[in-house]
Amino acid sequence: MGALLGYFGRSFTKYFAEISTSLFVSASAVLSVLVFWNGIQNDIYGNYIIFEWISSGNFKANWSINIDPLSSVMLVVVTFVSALVHIYSIGYMSHDPHKPRFMSYLSLFTFSMLALVVSDNFLQLFFGWEGVGLCSYLLIGFWYKKETANNAAIKAFIVNRIGDFGLAIGIFLIFFFFGTINFEEAFQATSQFAEKKINFLGFEINLVTLICVFLFIGAMGKSAQFLLHTWLPDAMEGPTPVSALIHAATMVTAGVFLVVRCSPIFEYSQVALNLVTVVGMITAIFAASVAIVQNDIKKIVAYSTCSQLGYMFFAAGVGAYHVAMFHLFTHAFFKALLFLGAGSVIHAFKDEQDIRYMGGVRKKLPYTYIFMLLGTLALTGFPFLSGFYSKDAIIEFAYLRNSTLGNYAATIGILTAFLTSIYSWRLFFKTFHGTYNNKKILITDTHESPLVMLLPLVFLSVGAIFSGYVFKDTFIGHLNNEFWQSSILFLNEIKHDAIPFWFLLITPVLVLLSIPISFYLYISNPKILEDFKNTNAPLYNFLLNKWYIDEFYENAFVNPAKKIGSFFWKKGDIGIIDKFGPDGISKLIKVISNKAGRLQTGFIYDYAFVMLLGLSILLTYLILN
Amino acid sequence: MNFPILSSLIFLPLLSSLFIFLSKDKTNNYSSIYISLFSSIATFFLSLFLWYSLDVNTSEFQFVEEKSWINNFIKFKLGVDGISILFIVLTTFITPICIISCVNSVKVRVKEFLIAILILETFMIGVFCSLDLVIFYLFFEAGLIPMFLIIGVWGGPKRVYSAFKFFLFTLLGSVLMLVAIIVIYWLTGTTDITQIYEIKIPREYQNILWLAFLSSFAVKMPMWPVHTWLPDAHVEAPTAGSVILAAILLKMAGYGFLRFSIPMFPIASDYFTPLIFTLSIIAIIYTSLVALMQDDMKKLIAYSSVAHMGYVTLGIFTLTKQGIEGSIYQMISHGLISAALFLCVGVVYDRLHSRMISTYGGLVNYIPKYSFLFLIFSLAALGLPGTSGFLGEFLVLTGTFQKSYLAAMLATFGVVLGAAYMLWLTKRVIFGVTNNSEIKKLRDINKSEAIMLVSLAFLVLFFGFYPLPLMETFSVSVNSLINNYETAIISN
Repeated sequence: MGALLGYFGRSFTKYFAEISTSLFVSASAVLSVLVFWNGIQNDIYGNYIIFEWISSGNFKANWSINIDPLSSVMLVVVTFVSALVHIYSIGYMSHDPHKPRFMSYLSLFTFSMLALVVSDNFLQLFFGWEGVGLCSYLLIGFWYKKETANNAAIKAFIVNRIGDFGLAIGIFLIFFFFGTINFEEAFQATSQFAEKKINFLGFEINLVTLICVFLFIGAMGKSAQFLLHTWLPDAMEGPTPVSALIHAATMVTAGVFLVVRCSPIFEYSQVALNLVTVVGMITAIFAASVAIVQNDIKKIVAYSTCSQLGYMFFAAGVGAYHVAMFHLFTHAFFKALLFLGAGSVIHAFKDEQDIRYMGGVRKKLPYTYIFMLLGTLALTGFPFLSGFYSKDAIIEFAYLRNSTLGNYAATIGILTAFLTSIYSWRLFFKTFHGTYNNKKILITDTHESPLVMLLPLVFLSVGAIFSGYVFKDTFIGHLNNEFWQSSILFLNEIKHDAIPFWFLLITPVLVLLSIPISFYLYISNPKILEDFKNTNAPLYNFLLNKWYIDEFYENAFVNPAKKIGSFFWKKGDIGIIDKFGPDGISKLIKVISNKAGRLQTGFIYDYAFVMLLGLSILLTYLILN
Repeated sequence: MNFPILSSLIFLPLLSSLFIFLSKDKTNNYSSIYISLFSSIATFFLSLFLWYSLDVNTSEFQFVEEKSWINNFIKFKLGVDGISILFIVLTTFITPICIISCVNSVKVRVKEFLIAILILETFMIGVFCSLDLVIFYLFFEAGLIPMFLIIGVWGGPKRVYSAFKFFLFTLLGSVLMLVAIIVIYWLTGTTDITQIYEIKIPREYQNILWLAFLSSFAVKMPMWPVHTWLPDAHVEAPTAGSVILAAILLKMAGYGFLRFSIPMFPIASDYFTPLIFTLSIIAIIYTSLVALMQDDMKKLIAYSSVAHMGYVTLGIFTLTKQGIEGSIYQMISHGLISAALFLCVGVVYDRLHSRMISTYGGLVNYIPKYSFLFLIFSLAALGLPGTSGFLGEFLVLTGTFQKSYLAAMLATFGVVLGAAYMLWLTKRVIFGVTNNSEIKKLRDINKSEAIMLVSLAFLVLFFGFYPLPLMETFSVSVNSLINNYETAIISN
């Protein structure tokens, strides 16, 4: 187990060329698979403390490596995808002069992400949390000459910081009431506080609910949930391997991880769980609805990620944490596959990202075509591929929860699954089928990607196909806690009862139906949609502009902040404080000294008069006493 | 130990400034630079030795030296504890860096400049060692004079206005502190603070005395609304002046709160906590928003300093373990980070003579090493975990949360604004593209600049990952500070 330290060693390799980073990350991928395997087979888990980080009264935290079933799953996901993305980047970034910098950022990211998942306390989690945010910032803004990339990078960081604000408040609450920031101690303390109410800013609120809400705000920021999602589509300004690693497979799932990790707290607050469910549902359907009309290949996949994260959240919200983790696991494979596939397409089209200018290249890019097909099938939940097992399980568990909200969630889940397959097939057909629409590049100039880029896709496809089937018993077997042990707490376990057969059929049938529908709408007869678009322009624009949320934020927060800032500066500092402070005083002194100067008239009788006056006042005073 | 180590620490810089004064170094100033560099490094090692030999398991003052100065009235009394030692080391660490930076940035009257810096160092160390109110006051105010000269003589075009503004503000506050010190002597018959701690000042006098001390500390801190001298002073000051101002002078007030206001007037400190909280929160939010709109790099960093000092005052007056420790940590860390940021501005200012953000852009294309360091420091300034900036802020907020949810929430929101102005600055200076042809000809950092910035970067990162050396140093002293405070409140 000492080899685990190797994970941390990786960060030190950041200045080596791409080979060494790739090798190190691959090595850690192998190691984490071993850890995972050891966990399943031999039940070897443990917490390895490296050294003490901080100690201020009760506020104590260690740098540690905490291996339990939950973190071992995350380890596999993170290192596996990261290794493949490292390898892929060797090809993808081959023309970029800053490749070493890129690779070092990727490795730094992997380090932060691992620090996040193996933490045994909230502070190290926060370290990783902000660390991945930093790397995301650096990588989105990697092409720093692009103004849009810089803005997207800052936006990502700031929106994440708003989420971090919630997480920080959550940690403060936990520390204040539980007296510890260690996971295990905090989780044990939770049950004693389950009924406690506190007065928070004038509201009487259940403590545990409050903690959960703030932690969840953190999760929303990182996992791009509704209202804090705006940074994710913009983040597509970064290089595509980044999108695959950070904005699909790993970092954005940190929020889900946080909720699952804190299941021992969330379980005690039904209100918070309901909130998680509702936000997850809204995000799932919102993002899917927006994805249908976007034209940028990466933005479609980004919104799809957003939507899938919504699935994971409402799974967690209905109490099916293990299913959420299962979807997280499978999603990492097929979404990374889709992103890297998209990257391969973009590479072929020489950095063209608009699907309106693609099409008809399936013969030119045969391998990419197959990989994208597999990714799309897996994402949409085509029977017996990985997405089928995990996504349908989410819908089933939502249904089995047997509550009103659970039923809503299941309905939304089914609807979103349908939308998902529509937009995925739209993307797929418009990219590979139909006519060739690009006027700038000749079709003969498009080319298949090199082997170094295709090889990772092979691995990911294997994952996308089989990960669902192979791991479904481990992750969501009938005895929930057999694999997860104490890392996830279920207060009231969902009984995996019989589900009506018709219910099981709905999603697959819809998914299958959507293929011919979207082929018909987008390839055979696009006229219908064109007409629909024209007659319903407001709706179309509403979706195209992502519900106008960005514009709303710009006008409601960003611009006012700038205005207030200059107001405080010009009016507050210069206009008031300085005017009445130092400038005022010096002016006053000048005025007084001018007056005093004028008194010195230089005429004897003036002085004599004043002296006389003074003398008489003095005399009067003395006499009166 | 009988060797008067604290006095030597204080007077070593003064002595060497005398040597420089007497030296006939007219032509190239090299010998002045070497003398001052050598003496300041010697002082630094002496202070490290002091830190090493300090017993951190007791909150007693150590290395105490006592000499009667004016018979039975004022004693020249010095001593250190776990809190003050760190400020002393910070001072002695920053001073050599300032001296190195002079080589690149000061072109006229180098000799006099070095003398001013060394005298300033004497006064600053004196502030952190004094155990007598009058001695403290003398050092505290005397520090104004060299700083005033540094701004007024070596400053930018508006230096006279800035210097006077600086002087006016700080003097105004300290006059009241002097009156308060006289009142304290009249009440207790001593100005020795260890005795004052014992005697305890009657509660009816505490509020008014506390306010008098506040008027001085608030200006020095600076707290809102008496902060406006700081941006002007920074803008006009030469690089080394800005560095000392931000890294050390601003810390004297925070130290003053810990050493004087809280132990001497615990009841008043408790009474005025809401006031301090309000002012700190305003400072954090207000100045962060103002910082967002600045077009001058130095002004932006100056405003960010005000915001960071807001966290310090907030943390101190939470009077919780985490809050106070966080504040001390924040002061040390800000001392490193702000010093580094001002040095960074100085580096490009020396080359292009502009502090305007709009002059720059796309620096990473031409001077990558500089850009990398600049990025580290701006990330540290916005409190990224793994840098020293994070722990201070986070501990302060943890402490604040135990006293007031609202204050903690607002202050935490300030962290978001902090990220906004720092990243925006970085984007406009480091990233992007530029049309300015002069930028393309820029030289990357030279050896002396690299020494300064890399050593600061190393410490910022080191203390971000491994803060224990600092935390263990002041832990016991902070405990006793809080204990004394709590006993005073309870017995009241």
